[in-house]
Amino acid sequence: MARVVVDPVTRIEGHLRIEAEVDAGVVRDAWSSSTMFRGIELILKGRDPRDAWAFTQRICGVCTTVHAVASIRAVENAIGAAPPPNARLLRNLIIGAQAVQDHVIHFYHLHALDWVDIVSALAADPAKTSSLAQSISDWPLSSPTYFAGIRDRVKGFVDRGQLGPFANAYWGHPAYRLPPEANLMAVAHYLEALDWQREVIKMHAVLGGKNPHLQSFLVGGMATPVDPDSQAALNAGTIAELQRLVAKARDFVTRVYIPDLVAVASFYKDWAGHGRGVGNYLAYGEYPNDDSAAPALFLPRGVIRGRDLAAVEPFDPAKVTEYVAHSWYQYQQGDGAALHPYQGETSPAYTGPTPPYDLLGLDSDTDKKYSWLKSPRYDGLPMEVGPLARMLVAYASGHARVKALVGAVLTRLGVGPEALFSTLGRVAARGIETQVLAEKMADWVDGLAANMAAGDLRIHDNSKWDPASWPAEAMGAGFHEAPRGALGHWVSIRNGAIDNYQCVVPSTWNAGPRDAKGQRGPYEEALIGTPVADLGRPVEILRTVHSFDPCMACGVHVVDGRRREVAHVRVR
Amino acid sequence: MRAPRRWLTSEFERRGISRREFMGFCTTMAAALALPSAAAAQIARAVGRAEKPILIWLEFQDCAGNTESFLRASRPTAAEVVLDVLSLDYHETVMAAAGEQSRANRDRTVAERPGGYIAVVEGSIPTGANGAYCTIGGESAIDIARKVCGNAAATIALGTCATFGGLPAAAPNPTGALGVADAVPGVGNLINLSACPANVENLTALIVHYLTFKRWPPLDHYRRPLFAYGKSIHDNCERRAHYDAGQYVEAWGDAGHRAGYCLYKMGCKGPVTFQNCPNVRWNGGTNWPIGCGHPCIGCAEPDFWDRMTPFYQHLMGVPGFGAGSNIDTIGGLAVLGVGAAFAGHGVIQIMKRAADKAEPVVPNGPAKGDA
Repeated sequence: MARVVVDPVTRIEGHLRIEAEVDAGVVRDAWSSSTMFRGIELILKGRDPRDAWAFTQRICGVCTTVHAVASIRAVENAIGAAPPPNARLLRNLIIGAQAVQDHVIHFYHLHALDWVDIVSALAADPAKTSSLAQSISDWPLSSPTYFAGIRDRVKGFVDRGQLGPFANAYWGHPAYRLPPEANLMAVAHYLEALDWQREVIKMHAVLGGKNPHLQSFLVGGMATPVDPDSQAALNAGTIAELQRLVAKARDFVTRVYIPDLVAVASFYKDWAGHGRGVGNYLAYGEYPNDDSAAPALFLPRGVIRGRDLAAVEPFDPAKVTEYVAHSWYQYQQGDGAALHPYQGETSPAYTGPTPPYDLLGLDSDTDKKYSWLKSPRYDGLPMEVGPLARMLVAYASGHARVKALVGAVLTRLGVGPEALFSTLGRVAARGIETQVLAEKMADWVDGLAANMAAGDLRIHDNSKWDPASWPAEAMGAGFHEAPRGALGHWVSIRNGAIDNYQCVVPSTWNAGPRDAKGQRGPYEEALIGTPVADLGRPVEILRTVHSFDPCMACGVHVVDGRRREVAHVRVR
Repeated sequence: MRAPRRWLTSEFERRGISRREFMGFCTTMAAALALPSAAAAQIARAVGRAEKPILIWLEFQDCAGNTESFLRASRPTAAEVVLDVLSLDYHETVMAAAGEQSRANRDRTVAERPGGYIAVVEGSIPTGANGAYCTIGGESAIDIARKVCGNAAATIALGTCATFGGLPAAAPNPTGALGVADAVPGVGNLINLSACPANVENLTALIVHYLTFKRWPPLDHYRRPLFAYGKSIHDNCERRAHYDAGQYVEAWGDAGHRAGYCLYKMGCKGPVTFQNCPNVRWNGGTNWPIGCGHPCIGCAEPDFWDRMTPFYQHLMGVPGFGAGSNIDTIGGLAVLGVGAAFAGHGVIQIMKRAADKAEPVVPNGPAKGDA
C-alpha cells in the first residue's frame, strides 16, 4: 500500500488536495480536501441583499457569472420580484456564453494535457497531421504548412530552454497514447482556443461591461438598457455583434472541439471503465423558456438514483442538506447533524495539522475532519452534479437534441450508454452540452431582437427595488446550472438586511468529503479503482479529478502506507 | 540547462509577427504609459533584447479572476506574444505539472534565481488559524509569500484582494486576511494593481515599463502606477457631460438610462474611484461597466466592500450637482459621507487608510534584479 498525495492539484480553479491509497497499481481509497477558506457567507450577514450578487460573484472568477445569477434569483424569490422577458434573455445569453467558453477552456487548457503529450508533438510529421485533421473536420487551418509552423513554434520554445508552464510535467508517461500527429493537432488547437476564448467572451463585455466579473446584474432584472434608437443601449448594432460572436462560438465548437473530443476519446476508450463515481445525479435545470415563477426549462431539472435512466424523479428542495462531520466547521447541535441550507451554519473550526504538514493523517475509517468543504447530500445521498448529470437527466427525460447527440457520439466511439458513467463519459457529456448550447444561443439573440422590434424595452421590475416594498421577513432560494453543476443559494432577509446566506456549490457536491455516515463524496468514490502506473507521476488521478472540472486548487505527494512517510518523488 | 539568449525580435520574426506590428504594439504601449512617441523605439529595443522574464504567479485566497483577466489580454497578436515572452514558471491554474513537481518548479526558481524573477500575487493572505485558512502542499500562504516575494526582484500585487485584502478582508474579516503590503511588511519593490479584477492592459503596460526603463513607474500613495490610477473614473467618464448638465438615471430602464445619462443617483462610485477604465476599457476595448449601464462599484479602492456599500446608495456630501465642482473636493467629501453613512462596516478601515494616506509618496528606486 502506498499513499499518493497531489497538492496542489493544478489546472483547476482554487486549492484542492487529493490523498489516495494505492495498492498493486490501483486506487483503493481516496480523500478530497479543500485547503482554502474565506468566509463569504459570514461577510454577507447584515448587508443589503441587492448587493449580495457582487459579493458572491467573487466566489469564482472562472465561472464568473454563476454566483451572481444564483444570488439575484434567490433574492428575487424571497422578495417576489419578477424580471421581464428581456432580462431573462440577457441572462440566458450570459449563462450560455459562460458555459460554452468555460467548457472549451476546460477541454483544451485545463484537461487536455492529461491526454496530450506536448513533447511527443515535436516528432510529428506535419503532412500526416494535416491528413488527420482534414479527415475529421473541414476546419480551414489544417495545411501541412500550418502544422509545420506550429511544430517549429513549439520546438523553438523548447530549444530556448525556458519551458515555463510546461516544465516538469508527466511527459513521456506510458499512459499517454496519442500518436505524435494527434498530439501536434491538439497543441495547435490549444493555441487556437486561447485566441478563441478571448474573442467569444466579448459577448460578456457587450452584455456585462467586462469579463471577468460582469457588472450588469440587478435584483429584479438587468442593468443593460435595450433601445434600438439609442447609442447608449443594446441596439441593432449590438444584436449584429452578438450574432457574430455566437456564430464564432458555434463554428469552433462544431468544427474543432467536437471532432477533437471524438478523436482523442477514441484512443482512450478504456477510460469509459474508470471513474464511475457515486451513480446518483442531480440537475437543477437551466435556461427558462418563459417568465413565470416556475418556468419551463430548456435543460430539464431532475434526480437520477443508482444510474437508473428509466426513472428521473422530480427535485425536492427540502431534501438538500449539508454535513460537517468531516469538514472543518462545527454545528451548534453537534457535528453529526445534517442541516438544510435555510438552517445552515458556517462556523469555521480548524482541527487539521498545523502547517507546514506532509499528511492529513487519514485512513479508511477515519473520524477526522479534513476539508474546508461541507458534504452536501440529497435525501441523504451523495450526488454528482455537472455536465454529465445534466446530459443524463436531459437524455432520460427525452430531450430530443441531447438524445441525438449522445447517440451520435456513442455510435462514433462504438460504446453503449453504460460508458457514460465514467471519466470518459464526463468528458463527452461536457462536449455534447457545449454543442447543444452553442446551437441554442442564436435563439436568445433572436428573441431579444424580436422584443426590441415589438417595442418591449423593459429590463427591470422596479416595483420591488425599494426595500420598503419588502416584507419584514423573507426567505428565498435561487437555483442555477453553473458549468460545473447544480448551484443553489439560500437567503433569509430580515428588515431589509441579510440574516443568513448559504451557498451549496457544484464543487461542494462533487469534491466534498465523507458525511457522518461515512459515505464518500463523488471525487473520492470516482477515484476508487483508478489505475496508477507510476506512483511518482499519478496522471491517472488527474484524469478522473479533472473530468469533474474542479473549481478550487491542489497537489500530489507519495507516502508509504505502512511507514507513513513521504516518499521522494524524483523531479525530472 | 540555460539556453543561449536569443533576440526577441527574431522570436517575433519566427512567429510571423512583422516589424510593423511589433512597432505598432510598442507605440500603443508608449501611449498607454503617456510617453512621447519617440519612446516607442526605446521600448522596442528593450523588449527585443530581453531574456524571457521569469514570473512566479501565486494564488492564495483568490477566485482566479485576475488569472482570467490575464488570459483576456486584448491586442491580439502582440499581446499574446508578450505573454508568450514571459516565462511563467509557476501558475497553478495554467501549468502542466501538478503536485510535488509543480512546487519543485517554484522552489527551484526561488533558490536558483534569487532577485531574478518577478512575483505576482493574486488573492489575500490569511493570518488566522496559524495559516490553515489557505495551504498549498501543506504550506501556509503566508510562508509561501514570505519565501517567494522575499526573494523576488519585485512583487506585483494583482487585484484588490492581494493589494488591500479585498473581499476576504471585508467585515468581519473571518480569516484575518491581509494584502501583500500588510502580510509581508518590508517586501521590496512592491507594486499594487488594484481592481476586481485588475485590468490586464495595466499589467502588460507595467511589465513593459519595467523592461524598458529598469525601474517601476511613479506610484500613488497606495503604490499604484499613476499611469493607470492617476485620475478618477468620473474625470474621464463618457457620461460626465450628463452629470454636468444634471441629467441622471432615476430608475432602471427609464428614458434616461436608455439615453446613457449619469448613474450618480443609482449609486455610482466613479467620483471616488481612481482607475483608467473609461480610457482602456475591458476585453480589447469592447466595453466597461458604466458603458453597459451599471454604476461603478469602486472596486479599485481600499476596503470598497465596506466603504462603497450599499452599492446602490448614492454618494453623500457631494456639494452642488453640476458644472464647476472640483472633483477632488467632491471625492474627499464623498468618501467621508460614505463612511459616516455606513459606520457599521468601515470606520476603522477608513481611519486606517486615512493614516496611510498621510504618508509621503515614496518613488521606488531601481529594481535590484535584471529579470
